[in-house]
Amino acid sequence: MTPLDDLDRKILGALAADASLSASTLSRRLGLSQPATWRRMRRLQDEGILAGRRLVLDAAKLGFGVTVFLGIKLAAKGRVSLEDFERAVTSIREVQTVEHVLGLYDYRLRVVARDLADFERVLRRRIMTLPGVGNVEANVLLSEERLAGPI
Amino acid sequence: MLDDTDRRLLRHLQDDPSLALPELAELCGLTAGRAGRRIEKLREAGIIKGQEAVIDWKALGFSVEVSLRITLDKTAPSAFDEFLAAARGVAEVIEIQTFLGRVDVRLHIVARDLGHWQTIYRDKVLTLPHIADIEALMTVATVKMDEALPL
Repeated sequence: MTPLDDLDRKILGALAADASLSASTLSRRLGLSQPATWRRMRRLQDEGILAGRRLVLDAAKLGFGVTVFLGIKLAAKGRVSLEDFERAVTSIREVQTVEHVLGLYDYRLRVVARDLADFERVLRRRIMTLPGVGNVEANVLLSEERLAGPI
Repeated sequence: MLDDTDRRLLRHLQDDPSLALPELAELCGLTAGRAGRRIEKLREAGIIKGQEAVIDWKALGFSVEVSLRITLDKTAPSAFDEFLAAARGVAEVIEIQTFLGRVDVRLHIVARDLGHWQTIYRDKVLTLPHIADIEALMTVATVKMDEALPL
């Protein structure tokens, strides 16, 4: 793969902020021809760098007031298969992300809930009952920023 | 207030943000005009904030992802602000979250490989102000990453 040049990086940065930008809008912004812009967007997609789109919703306005990050340690390694745990945890609707990690915990979860009482319900009924769950640490999200990263 | 039709629109749009209005309308059993007006209202209310492109950092050559859980030295009154301002200046940081819990701040960092990670950690992370303790979780696999709300 040929490395990305500055124009590719600008296109990537612009789309990361607003995925609905059209090739014509981007081409005007970058002073590039529309077909050239389109080819570059296409390449970023074909190489899997642009991996899709995410709808950005205001969770609080939709009634989801609490986001909690959980660190989960599996209690009985070897006895419970990771596949079983992963299948069960990904099917919980309130669980937004699941990462298998190396370190103090085995899994990192992002959980959304209406309020703390709702979170407690999800934690007790859905998460603590997952196969193999041992130690669980919860940190309640106060603020979040996403940065452009090393583009 | 949202009704069931709004929720249905948001659910489908969340599943596939690239849906064109006529397709979205059909999925929800609406005319394109009515669906369009509802989407516009949701935007005006700030419930739909936009769309962002999802960047696959691995495809861009960043194969290492680390979640750093940081405890700050809160004896310095401006510890949070100074730490966050400095962390925003590290190019490889793609997410910053602050928490209520055992962990104060979490940085999500991408690196090209372990050598690159070591350089970032030594030269850019350990030099950040007011750090009392750091724990690292290295991502082995991302199992679920849609960040969808359970609408």
